[in-house]
Amino acid sequence: MAVLAAKANALTARLEGMSLPKDGWSAPARKEALARLTEMGLPSKRDEYWRYTDPSTLTASQAAKAAVFHAGDEPPVFDGVDRVKLVFVDGVFDPSQSDDPVLAGVEITHLSDAGRADIHWARDLYGVLEARGQNPVPRALAALNTAFSTQGLLIRATAKAARPISLIYIHDSEGSDAMLHHCIKVESGAELTVLENGPAAARINQVMEVDLADGARFHHIRAQGRDHERRAVTHIFARVGAGALFKSFTLTANGQMTRNEAVIELIGDDGQAHIAGAALGDGVFHHDDTIFITHAGERCESRQVFKKVLKNGAVGVFQGKILVKQGAQKTDGYQISQSLLLDDDSQFLAKPELEIYADDVKCSHGSTSGAIDDTALFYLQSRGVPKSTAQSLLVLAFLAEAITEIEDEAIGDDIRSRLDGWLNRHER
Amino acid sequence: MLEIKNLHVKLEEEDKVILRGVDLSIKAGEVHAIMGPNGSGKSTLSYVLAGRDGYEVTEGSANLQGQSLLDMEPEERAAAGLFLAFQYPVEIPGVGNMTFLRTAVNAQRKSRGEEELSAGDFLKIVRAKAKDLKIDADMLKRPVNVGFSGGEKKRNEILQMAMLEPKMCILDETDSGLDVDAMKLVSEGVNALRDAGRSFLVITHYQRLLDHIKPDVVHIMAAGRIIKTGGPELALEVENNGYADLLAEVK
Repeated sequence: MAVLAAKANALTARLEGMSLPKDGWSAPARKEALARLTEMGLPSKRDEYWRYTDPSTLTASQAAKAAVFHAGDEPPVFDGVDRVKLVFVDGVFDPSQSDDPVLAGVEITHLSDAGRADIHWARDLYGVLEARGQNPVPRALAALNTAFSTQGLLIRATAKAARPISLIYIHDSEGSDAMLHHCIKVESGAELTVLENGPAAARINQVMEVDLADGARFHHIRAQGRDHERRAVTHIFARVGAGALFKSFTLTANGQMTRNEAVIELIGDDGQAHIAGAALGDGVFHHDDTIFITHAGERCESRQVFKKVLKNGAVGVFQGKILVKQGAQKTDGYQISQSLLLDDDSQFLAKPELEIYADDVKCSHGSTSGAIDDTALFYLQSRGVPKSTAQSLLVLAFLAEAITEIEDEAIGDDIRSRLDGWLNRHER
Repeated sequence: MLEIKNLHVKLEEEDKVILRGVDLSIKAGEVHAIMGPNGSGKSTLSYVLAGRDGYEVTEGSANLQGQSLLDMEPEERAAAGLFLAFQYPVEIPGVGNMTFLRTAVNAQRKSRGEEELSAGDFLKIVRAKAKDLKIDADMLKRPVNVGFSGGEKKRNEILQMAMLEPKMCILDETDSGLDVDAMKLVSEGVNALRDAGRSFLVITHYQRLLDHIKPDVVHIMAAGRIIKTGGPELALEVENNGYADLLAEVK
């Protein structure tokens, strides 16, 4: 009971001074989310689900300050990509820096306008996938987000979008504490790419609910901010219809705390869900990928590809699960999590899980930790490649499998060249 | 070109002495062969010259064109003109063969103060040289040595040598794992690089490679020393009689 009381007390402290937005169509969803949250309380390190990552900085009533990082003259990620830019500063939409949200086949509205307009499709989505994702493990920070977040986008694609939608998260104030909640619906046969980059705030709690109708295609490429002291907890809740495709890739470099959760349900037959991540950690860096993929339809394919490069005491965590429900025959599930430890101080903690209730299924998983291959390093050096360059080449090679999960070649190249630049600058 | 004097080497981790006073002098343009039984220290000699970790030089020197090799990093030795064709070329998943070649060529040019080759110029040169070695476009695109056959790996070594244009080439059992045709192809690649300003040290177990790459001098190595030096006829003697007679002679 002591644990439950502590959870409830933590929640009371967190919610002090906060009030539930009561207007408009989202009000009932918020009320329900608060009820869920009250039942769950806030997590602590004593929860199995938070065993490798201490949530205290994410649940604290006050966000710790984080200095704003200046990348110098380096152009921002996705700079060369033709896209519709929508900018949030410290978690608040900034129209002055944003493009006109006009894109054929795509409707873009704001969660902050939700009180005024009744957006039927969003009403059926907001908090709905988050609530579905609360089973079997509670994700209290996501429920907190649904209850209180007033910023975010409601995006509905009804056709193939000609350009990606690019969400840019600027961190401006060192004390900012933000929540963002996006709902994305891709209708049958439509296709949409969403890009995200930037730290967003000193502390950010984000939820993205993605509903893919039958045959829809969705690509998500994210580069999390490099501010050393920023803290982030993000959640993706996705429902993938028959024959639909969901692809998500995240690049993380720096950041004191990052917890990226994804809950993906393949509800129709022949769906595909790929989720990948590449992370570079140095020093007081804690990076956690927690993934839950459910196969409910037949002949679906899922891939989880996570690679982390860690040094100077950085910590990487991977908790990944594939659940194959009864009747989800011919499932093809793949999961790999690997870390490259550049010294003896860094740590990689992995908990891969498979839970299978169908009998005609192909599922594989693997998890490894290792150092740079000395033989390969010597081979490169013996050809005249300086040791630091050889090392970055091998680090990039290690990350390659995750990066190739990005379908768009130009975007993949952008991510690759960015990593190359960071690695080379770092080594010198 | 290469002057090795009284080289003594032991394994860093154990007290095992492998080279016990190697003397070797190779002049510019010469081709030398080293033969010897297993465990005589031939491969160790090649690794120590190239700068691999794990060995400790306890005595002696090795100079390339007057520069002391033993104080240099492996990449500096390469830039100074040394090249080792590996007995077991290393597979590097995730690094494209072309990227690897270009990074190596340009790193060496940079360290010599030369301008880096443009992507276009590099492509032209690499394609021409690859064609001579019957290396197809697919092999250039694939990750370094990954999924290559034994012969393809060795041809890839020779391609690297042709691209880097070293002054002193060490070939460590380049004939191992090669069929007759592949050996011919590799030898032709090596012979095409023979030049008055370039020297070779060919390490091999078998005389047959020396039918294709004709040496000026043949050394026999045993128990960490060069025990006999002679002309090409020495290789034939080994082929016919084995090492037993030679080893008995020095004892």
